[in-house]
Amino acid sequence: MAEMPLLQVRHLTTEFLLPGKGAARALEDVSFDVYPGQTIGLVGESGCGKTTVLMSILRLLPTQAQISGRVLFRGLDLLALSERQMREYRWKEIAIVFQGAMNALNPVMSVGEQICEAITLHGLMPRREAEARTGELLELVGIPKERGVQYPFQYSGGMRQRAMIAMALACSPCILFADEPTTALDVMVQAQILELLGNIQRKMGLAIVLVTHDLGVVAEMCDMVVVMYGGKVAEYGPVDRIFNNPQHPYTQKLLEAFPDLAQPVASLASIPGAPPRLSELPPGCRFAPRCHVCLPQCASEAPPLLEIAPGHFSACHLCKS
Amino acid sequence: MRESWLLFWRNLREFWRVFRHNRMGMIGAFLLLSAVLIALFAPFLSPYEPSLVIRDATGRGLTFAPPAVHGPLGTDDAGRDVWTQLVYGARISLLVGLLAGFIAMFIGSLLGILAGYFGGWIDTLIMRVTDVLLVIPDLPLMLVLVATLRQMELKISPLVVLILVIGLLYWTSTARLVRSQVLSIKERQFVARARAIGAGHFHIIRRHILPQLMPLIVANTVLILSTAILIESGLSFLGLGDPTQPSWGTMLNFAFDRNAISNGAWWFYLPPGLAIVWVSLGCVLLGNVLEEMLNPRLTAHHLEGDVRVRPLEGEGAYG
Amino acid sequence: MSRRTYLLRKLIFALVTIFVVLVINFVLFRVLPGDPVRAVIGRNVKISAEAQQALRQQFGLDKPIFPDQFLDTLRQWAQGNLGISWSLRRPVAEILMSKLGNTLLLIGLGQLLSIILGVFLGLFAGWKRKTVFDVAALTFSLIAWATPTFWLGIILLAAGSSWLGLPTGGIVSPENVGKPLYTVLPDLARHLVLPTLTLTILYLGEYMLIMRSSILEVLSEDYILTAKAKGMSPWQVLWRHALKNAMLPIVTIVALNLGFTVSGAIYIETVFSYDGLGKLFQTALVKQDYPLLQGAFLLLAVSVIVANFLADILYTALDPRVKAN
Ligand SMILES: Nc1ncnc2c1ncn2[C@@H]1O[C@H](COP(=O)(O)OP(=O)(O)OP(=O)(O)O)[C@@H](O)[C@H]1O
Ligand SMILES: [Mg+2]
Repeated sequence: MAEMPLLQVRHLTTEFLLPGKGAARALEDVSFDVYPGQTIGLVGESGCGKTTVLMSILRLLPTQAQISGRVLFRGLDLLALSERQMREYRWKEIAIVFQGAMNALNPVMSVGEQICEAITLHGLMPRREAEARTGELLELVGIPKERGVQYPFQYSGGMRQRAMIAMALACSPCILFADEPTTALDVMVQAQILELLGNIQRKMGLAIVLVTHDLGVVAEMCDMVVVMYGGKVAEYGPVDRIFNNPQHPYTQKLLEAFPDLAQPVASLASIPGAPPRLSELPPGCRFAPRCHVCLPQCASEAPPLLEIAPGHFSACHLCKS
Repeated sequence: MRESWLLFWRNLREFWRVFRHNRMGMIGAFLLLSAVLIALFAPFLSPYEPSLVIRDATGRGLTFAPPAVHGPLGTDDAGRDVWTQLVYGARISLLVGLLAGFIAMFIGSLLGILAGYFGGWIDTLIMRVTDVLLVIPDLPLMLVLVATLRQMELKISPLVVLILVIGLLYWTSTARLVRSQVLSIKERQFVARARAIGAGHFHIIRRHILPQLMPLIVANTVLILSTAILIESGLSFLGLGDPTQPSWGTMLNFAFDRNAISNGAWWFYLPPGLAIVWVSLGCVLLGNVLEEMLNPRLTAHHLEGDVRVRPLEGEGAYG
Repeated sequence: MSRRTYLLRKLIFALVTIFVVLVINFVLFRVLPGDPVRAVIGRNVKISAEAQQALRQQFGLDKPIFPDQFLDTLRQWAQGNLGISWSLRRPVAEILMSKLGNTLLLIGLGQLLSIILGVFLGLFAGWKRKTVFDVAALTFSLIAWATPTFWLGIILLAAGSSWLGLPTGGIVSPENVGKPLYTVLPDLARHLVLPTLTLTILYLGEYMLIMRSSILEVLSEDYILTAKAKGMSPWQVLWRHALKNAMLPIVTIVALNLGFTVSGAIYIETVFSYDGLGKLFQTALVKQDYPLLQGAFLLLAVSVIVANFLADILYTALDPRVKAN
């Protein structure tokens, strides 16, 4: 690809230091790229580290976490910045819609004020214009701008989620992280929100990192997919290659568990066994204990992430580049 | 039976294993236990009777004698040994506190269980009563009550009056706590199952709810105990104690009334106060630690500090 | 629930509570042994049988206790007639009013100082959880909680008077008694130092603890993370998002704590011979002056209940969740 990636995540490793229990390695050696205007899907079972990836990039984890690796934003390593410098990048360049955004709005501040604050905070425009823009943003996500003066408790769940999206767009960021933006919403509203995201992306040309459990949504919206297992990247590549020609046994199982992409209700739990605990990670391939095509070396030797076709990476001993 | 005892011991051992490493809890337990031991062994800790007046060589009462002149803690305004008063006072203070605390705990737990388990109008009634009690200023109410009860010449000991008044007024926090706990226990599966197979209310409360409630009640009782001891000392300081059986609060009442301060008799007014702080601090530390151990509230803290980052040097993957 | 119904409900609750206080007051007054006429006019007053009978009728004591006498008493109380003090031989209401200002001054100062300091220090302790400052603040609060009010007063009295030469009691020096307070401000201030300090130390621990746990709860909320993700500095997050949310429960708790404050005033005024309602209460108790005791109880209880209701109104004005719709 000729274009420079916006964001290059390299060897991202995150550990949680648990008092008296040592370190839990939630992420290990996670690498992927985000190109302008692209949507990249982040999938995997619950607890595999999807949220941790986003939070590590934004450095929003608690003190007991330790991040290492590189996160290059337009070539600049975000992990090398001071906390103060990092603040300049949050929201202005990379905004996030949190998982379970229900409580992500301040209950005693009007929604409009919370959006407006994001704009003025980064000094993008004077207060007057920021207020006008707040109205536009609300209208953009389908909320009448008069309701900006209302408080979060006066909004429905779907409206709150849309308000969060409006807030995320406030500074016209280059990248939007959307962490399961539709869980806890009913199917109709889910579809509306996803459509909204798609429209906004076309209009504003931002890149989206979408975390979801719904492979149907991935197939529909994403250009690239990162499949994660137990804190590591299992497979990474263009969405059509991954869906039509999955190389990693875990990806194959995931897709099998999801026979009809039009009916995204099947659960990932249909893979026998449970994901590894962070405190007792297997020494070799993390998927080995549940793998249906496990080789002898899988139990002892972790497979490297290899480029098996241009732009398509997989971490499995069965794959030869 | 044997088996449940075994389980009990195992749980206790497990508890001790964790508790032992909690510094606050250990300090609290030490403060409280030492006071209880002093109260129990008071006669062995002092050669005098508490009411005995110490006399000098000429037979005059030795009043306001500083520690350098007499005993470890000198004498009071009437020439009695302060140390002796202090160790015997521990008996009164702890006894009143303990009994009042138990009454409060009993009423609070009972009403809390009733309100939480049965809900409906019983719940509403009990909760409204606690709300009312919470708003009426407690000390004035107690003073008026105690004063009236004494005026009625009922021939009951002032200490009993204190115990009853404190016990009957300080159950509200326990009731609220127990009620919310019962509500959450009631949500759980096995209560519904017990109901479904036709178990009676009493049976369910005794077999399923009380056992789970017990640790919480114990922790709360320890906290209530500190309140009861503090309140007792206050009421006694205001002169509502039994002058013939002085508690620490009564000692302070004597000290204040008989000008220990202007006489510079610090050995008279410092020790009883320190003793009260000693015990109530012990209860608070112990109670808080027990509560914390029962339901740990290790919450997130989004402003605690910044995450540690270690950027990598050199080139990354993907060429 | 709309704000109207919410406030209406609170109002009804306040009225019911006041009614309970009135009943308690009435009942306690009636269970006193001996002749109620004696209870009204005092024990040691000699009075003829006819005069007694006249009084009996005048006070309606020949009527049934409930409802006639009860309603009569309520009417009297409502008119501000709380009876005559036995020991001071003046109307109770008049005595109470003359002491009210002094007590409000003391309580007000103590509350103001401890709330400001407590909110600030508690906020900081919660923000810097588990640091040396937090542990120190927590230790201080626990010790303050475990210390009897009156004993702290005694210690400060002893230390302050002997080392700093501060006055040992009263509200002004003897030569200034009777003059309007604003003309003797420096003297008044010297007398206020120790009692105010005692109150402040005691309440400070309490407010610090409450504020600390309140801010800790707020700082675990998702919207704080949102604020941080927006690129705000910790100070901005605290000031713009955490403070208001953490302050809301404080309003209610300060009001609920007023009962505790009143207890403090009784002890402190006793220790420092401060001429206010608390000292009056203690004197009435010692002299077994029942009309005075009852009147003081009525005034204190009703004030605390009314203050709680006012706090509820304030709360609805601050919290949009109650204010709106
Ligand atoms: N603050 C933390 N302290 C300790 N461990 C944590 C913390 N946050 C996350 N983890 C652990 O890191 C792992 C990854 O969690 P993460 O939230 O990233 O999963 P996820 O893929 O987003 O799951 P889900 O789909 O359920 O949201 C989990 O095992 C989790 O227990
Ligand atoms: Mg997640």
